[in-house]
Amino acid sequence: MSLKHSLLFAAALAMPLHVMADDPLKVGFVYVGPIGDYGWSYMHDQGRLAAEAEFGSAIETTYVENVAEGADAERTIRMLAQTGHDLIFTTSFGFMNPTARVAAEFPDKTFLHATGYQHADNLGTYLSVTYEGRYVTGVAAAMVAESGVIGYIGSYPIPEVIRDINAVYMGARSVNPDIEIRVVWVNTWYDPAREADAANTLMDQGADVIVQHTDSPAPMTAAERRGKWGVGQASDMSRFGPQAHLLSVVNDWAPYYIRTIGEVMEGTWESQDYWGGIADDIIQIASISERLTSEQHSHLEGIIESIRTGEFHPFSGPLSDQTGTLRVPEGTTMTNGELAGMDWYVEGITATYPQ
Amino acid sequence: MDWGLITNVLSAAVIAGTPLLLVALGALVCERSGVLNLGLEGMMLMGAMAGFAAATVTGSLLGGVLMAMIAGIVMSMLFAFMAITLAANQYAAGLSLTIFGTGLSAFLGSGYVGSTVAGFERVAIPLLGDLPVLGRVLFQQDILVYLSFALAVGVYVLLNHSRAGLIIRAVGESPESANANGLKVLAVRYLAVGFGGAMAGLGGAYLSLAYTPMWSENMTAGRGWIALALVVFATWRPERLVLGAYLFGLASILHLVLQGFGWRISTELLAMLPYVVTILVLVLLSVNPMRTRLNTPLSLGQPYRPSR
Repeated sequence: MSLKHSLLFAAALAMPLHVMADDPLKVGFVYVGPIGDYGWSYMHDQGRLAAEAEFGSAIETTYVENVAEGADAERTIRMLAQTGHDLIFTTSFGFMNPTARVAAEFPDKTFLHATGYQHADNLGTYLSVTYEGRYVTGVAAAMVAESGVIGYIGSYPIPEVIRDINAVYMGARSVNPDIEIRVVWVNTWYDPAREADAANTLMDQGADVIVQHTDSPAPMTAAERRGKWGVGQASDMSRFGPQAHLLSVVNDWAPYYIRTIGEVMEGTWESQDYWGGIADDIIQIASISERLTSEQHSHLEGIIESIRTGEFHPFSGPLSDQTGTLRVPEGTTMTNGELAGMDWYVEGITATYPQ
Repeated sequence: MDWGLITNVLSAAVIAGTPLLLVALGALVCERSGVLNLGLEGMMLMGAMAGFAAATVTGSLLGGVLMAMIAGIVMSMLFAFMAITLAANQYAAGLSLTIFGTGLSAFLGSGYVGSTVAGFERVAIPLLGDLPVLGRVLFQQDILVYLSFALAVGVYVLLNHSRAGLIIRAVGESPESANANGLKVLAVRYLAVGFGGAMAGLGGAYLSLAYTPMWSENMTAGRGWIALALVVFATWRPERLVLGAYLFGLASILHLVLQGFGWRISTELLAMLPYVVTILVLVLLSVNPMRTRLNTPLSLGQPYRPSR
């Protein structure tokens, strides 16, 4: 938590309790990175601001940024719960167990955890179906990867990231059956210098397109410097690579936050596992490069449309894993539950599955 | 591995080690004078932010570097006032400087998030740059890397072969005796802290103007703390510090490169590599406790109040 927000937070704690007929709903947000990351946490905060604009004085929001996953997170979430926040959003996978523990202590408050899989009556989860955007990413990447190699910067080997690597690969394979995807794990969500190192390492190993599953624009900057391609994560990163930017998979949380806060205020909210994607505008494909031909543009638009209408699902069978074992038979599609626990690479990926 | 890849890895290792080296060299001089400044991370962030902001506004990268060093010095003077003039607890003062610098850089830099500058480019040194392998690794870098070479040599000569170095070390060993010998202990410590601040600012500027030319909050991601640890593991000797910084840089690049070769090692274990390798090598180098004690500034971390 940075100083300025510790101060804001302290000020929030010190404020006298409002004794009004209509107390605003206090909503807390916990972010894993700085809101200035121009990626994941930034977009969550944009969603928070949109909710504030929507509800005005009916809600009061607090956010805490740069919260480390683990004990720090639990302390922060509990602090928010103890200071009158009735609805708390925790926005990183590693906040799952801390959120579940605090939710059990405060049964009359509502908790929502992004990207996790633990539920309770007062604890729901929500997720942006990033794999839809990743599939489109793969298609576009294979169009421009002259070397036939796509580089992927992985944060941590969790199901969300594994799923997205598979989606990029399958999208790319639909254009170029010989495409290769190389994965480098950096074990962080946010460390610009390390992310740039990973991007450079991948480009040294022949990657023409860098796909990042980390939150800073550094990989995009690195791709720009070397005349390669980059794909923006979470927010529109085109300004960081005017030439290199292929497209960005943008998370727009505003519709979800506005709807959920409304439901909690009306008392109609029920714990659920929400997955929002291209069809809900939670996932948007932004700023597709003008360097692509108009045929390539319309091919991409076609795929986006078929995902939007539900006509196409990236994880439809038949799908086999790296050993060739059939995992998803023809005619079936992986359920959200199966996708939430995905722990295998699809057939054709040559990268070693992380141990 | 072919030669092309090896040179690429080594070249990247030098870049990864450079911000650590710059910050740690400053911290080393500062600690040799007996002052422990835990505010490296905060000064580094202020340097990164101020350097980037100045480069964006003026369009001059060197102007950015200068501004970064000034920001580092200003921050270090805040610390010096607390820790030297007021003789406050150095640990507390340093920690608060880190917290302050982290928050202040985020606040002042928020308008520059998303701006871009061209960043320092590689400049090959004639002749030396044509050497096989070494040329590409050491002499086809940006000018800040060359500056860091010069500064490493400079700090070595300063501490071991100059009168000024003798004075700094005397003040760090025993401020009382130094004072009795007519040395201005507080002034020497102010200068050493200021040098540490300038170097931390420079290290920050290396990140925001050369490594990843951009500004984003908390972009140092803990490098100030690694630099601090490097000084201890290098037993306050500049030549070992150079080794430690590049070793850390090399291991942190190798951890990424090795993954491409399909090693079946858990990525969490690989991520520990830089820390394990660097600590192991530097500890092995300093197994002789006598030598280590000779280099440890005796008054490190203790406030000095001059008696009248």
